[in-house]
Amino acid sequence: MMQIENLSIMMADAAGSVPIIEHLDLEIKPGEILGLAGESGCGKSTLAKALLRILPPPAYISSGRILYQGHDILDYDARAMKRFRWREAAMVFQNALNALNPVLRIREQLVDTLQAHRRLGKKEAVAIAAEWMVRVGLHVKHLEAYPHELSGGMRQRVMIAMALLLEAPLLILDEPTTALDVIVQREILQKIVELQDTQQFSVLFVTHDLPLMTAFCDRIAILYAGSIVECGQSQDIARAAQHPYTQGLMASFPSLDGQRLQKRGIAGYPPGFAAQRQGCAFLPRCPRPCAQGALRQPPLLSWTPGHQLACYQAGSAQNGIPKEYLSL
Amino acid sequence: MNRHLWTQKKSIWGFSILLLFILMATLGPFFTQDPKAFLGTPLQAPDGNFWLGTSGQGQDVWAQMIAGARASLFSALAIGAATTLIGALLGLAGAFWGGVVDELISLLSNIFLVIPGLPLAIVIAAYLPAGNLTIALVLIATGWAWNARVFRAQALSLRQRDFVSAAIVAGESSLRLMFFEILPNMASLLLSTFLGSVIYALGAQVGLEFLGLGDISAITWGTNLYWASNDAALMTESWWTFVPTGLCIALLGFSLALLNFAIDEIADPRLQVQKIWRRRVGRVTPGLTPVVRTSV
Amino acid sequence: MYHLLRRFGFYALAGWLSLTINFFLPRLAPGDPASLVFARFQGQMKPESLEALKQVFGLTDAPLYQQYFTYLKHMLQGDFGISVVYYPARVVDVIGQGFQWTLLLAGTAVVISFVLGTGLGIVAAARRGSWFDSILPPVLAFFGAFPYFWLAMLLLYVFAFRLGWFPLGHAMSDRLADDSLGTKLYDVISHAFLPALSIVLATVGGWMLSMRNAMMGALGQDYVGLAEAKGLSRFRIIWRYAARNALLPNMTGFGMALGFVMGGSLLTEVIFSYPGQGFLLVQAVRSQDFPLMQGLFLMITTAVLLANWLVDLFSTILDPRIRLES
Repeated sequence: MMQIENLSIMMADAAGSVPIIEHLDLEIKPGEILGLAGESGCGKSTLAKALLRILPPPAYISSGRILYQGHDILDYDARAMKRFRWREAAMVFQNALNALNPVLRIREQLVDTLQAHRRLGKKEAVAIAAEWMVRVGLHVKHLEAYPHELSGGMRQRVMIAMALLLEAPLLILDEPTTALDVIVQREILQKIVELQDTQQFSVLFVTHDLPLMTAFCDRIAILYAGSIVECGQSQDIARAAQHPYTQGLMASFPSLDGQRLQKRGIAGYPPGFAAQRQGCAFLPRCPRPCAQGALRQPPLLSWTPGHQLACYQAGSAQNGIPKEYLSL
Repeated sequence: MNRHLWTQKKSIWGFSILLLFILMATLGPFFTQDPKAFLGTPLQAPDGNFWLGTSGQGQDVWAQMIAGARASLFSALAIGAATTLIGALLGLAGAFWGGVVDELISLLSNIFLVIPGLPLAIVIAAYLPAGNLTIALVLIATGWAWNARVFRAQALSLRQRDFVSAAIVAGESSLRLMFFEILPNMASLLLSTFLGSVIYALGAQVGLEFLGLGDISAITWGTNLYWASNDAALMTESWWTFVPTGLCIALLGFSLALLNFAIDEIADPRLQVQKIWRRRVGRVTPGLTPVVRTSV
Repeated sequence: MYHLLRRFGFYALAGWLSLTINFFLPRLAPGDPASLVFARFQGQMKPESLEALKQVFGLTDAPLYQQYFTYLKHMLQGDFGISVVYYPARVVDVIGQGFQWTLLLAGTAVVISFVLGTGLGIVAAARRGSWFDSILPPVLAFFGAFPYFWLAMLLLYVFAFRLGWFPLGHAMSDRLADDSLGTKLYDVISHAFLPALSIVLATVGGWMLSMRNAMMGALGQDYVGLAEAKGLSRFRIIWRYAARNALLPNMTGFGMALGFVMGGSLLTEVIFSYPGQGFLLVQAVRSQDFPLMQGLFLMITTAVLLANWLVDLFSTILDPRIRLES
């Protein structure tokens, strides 16, 4: 449904341009929930925003294509993009309090979305808005509220309702529950899964919480240093991750049940964006550094059907997590 | 910051004009005729002898304008400095000592901000003997409040920052904290406030002098305008008695405003980045991330 | 509601402080104001009137605090005494006449300037980097650097004296062609046009710049990002999302600037001999007409404080968050 090919996003800086996303390839299939994982600040939100081309200056796109149903949206002009936005792809922002207009009522914000894309009378629009409020689990009376009068969880539900109003085939969730407590988090995510089940839209779920992703997503892609390093079915990633970074990530989350173990995490820091890189971006932190990695960035290749990997060490792990990542 | 200051177009213009006036004020009077002497027939249009004609009393308007620059510029600088200093001290004091002291100072400055300044200044000046000292006192009394507010706001936001907490934990006294940790960080704010205060002092002073509340025997831009109006400049269509002085005041004020803009731009790093981005990306449609394919 | 009451209390406090300043000022000046007034009126005023004057001032032999309360009582009753310049008219009456003209001039000029400046600021922010945005702000800033009254002088000189398009001063003509409403209206407007224009030219730049800054801040916020993502029209984003939010901090600035604009319009009135409060105040100062001066100062201050409170009221209506705070 959506194919991202060789996408690069740069950020203008005093010294020059800094790459945030480099030659990224990703595919979002129809009706699936795809998770995009990565550490804080790795560029996940940037990528999400780029799909709607709402990335603010000083960012710009420097290469690649984003193909949606065969058309490259990077070629769209402002009018075509306006039609694309929300109708074909909608987004739920992270911080609902900042994302909602503080001086307009919820009803007004939902209605203007509808009226911007469809020829609807006010009454019809309000009726549709009310329907969606109920579907996300909110009382219709909250339509008259202002954003600051609602709780965090309620605001996030409003954001979801707003995103689904036009029944777009693609829903992008940018850390939708990071600012909420775990109970509300689960409620919201379950609601999303429920709606996805009935409406069958695709979801791009951007977050840093990997275990959460393995529970809710069909496929998972791991973002490191501006490119995808691994991408596959969530069970495969959960049980048999191949890239050392993914393995490190999976190993660093403690389990809720089972033994209490001391975790190690991944030594070192993710590379800053300014560095001009030669070779594999993960090399400085890799527990099994290889000679090829020192020379060139490994390309994203198919490891098994449905499982892509960007590592020269593919296969050497053999289902086992390197002992460097194991608990003490 | 200094490097940027020199290269900005706005600051270049601002500095040049300001420099021009400073030169005019310090050196000018040596090159002109005596502004107070009654040299020619009153209300003569500009000609070879009198570059800007004569005033209603037969004095050289060009000489008066230059002499006026000295008095007006320097007293505006002095009053501006005084209001900035007092405002800064009170604002910082309020932010630091907090509690009742802060409440009182804030309340006082809010009140002085809301009471209309010029009418208050006029009324105070009316009771005191006319003269430059009166004007200075009156302007300082009505002008400190704005600066106090600005400095208090900045100090409060800086106070939240980590380096202040670190200093407090290390046991620095409040006074030391204020002067050696916070104040240096406010350098650009101090400069920008000073410039704003000078602009205010210049305008307000000219206004009060125009009303005759200053020393009308002195030569300043304000008194020049006072005499021009008194001697029926408009009725006699002697534009040269008031137009050049007004232009000077405006230019000087404008140059200071330009400098202020330049400082604002430099203090905000985002604006620098914006400029670079615009250079790389060119004109863009707002609200649409641009695509600039760089061939690799 | 509570918020508005608190603000009202603040303005009442400010009003009280100005009354008190007004009370102490004559006593701080060198010399005794009562004798000053008396000296001026030598032979012109009946002893009883002089006594009445002293009473208003509270300049009796009673102890200071008693004088103060007498003074307050008179002020709150509107008893400002008798004017020196316009003798034997009461100060209250003189002020009353001037008030309507100041309201007309300063009121309309400020509103026009604010609306125009705010509108220009919104357009400038919406068209960042265009010629509109690069040229207009510096030009208007340049105009704003001129002293108000000098602009007034220039306009008066060019358009009234040289070109004769507008009257030379005052608020109305002495004699009108006929008594119809249309002629009167035209007369008033033609007299008010140049003074209002000079105030607008001097102040519009400031409003434009501050609105532009506020807009740029608003346009960088997440809610604008979401509005863009939703595919709303640019027009809608600018007006309903950015401008409505940017207007709020601008309104508080408006309240604060009112006092400043008041001062400027005062000088403009002097140039045009426009018989408003400012013109009267300056006359009062020049002739040392203390009762009139005091009365005018209090009147002007009260007007500004009231206007400020009205701005607060308006802000509360605009911003739902403030309502909740109370």
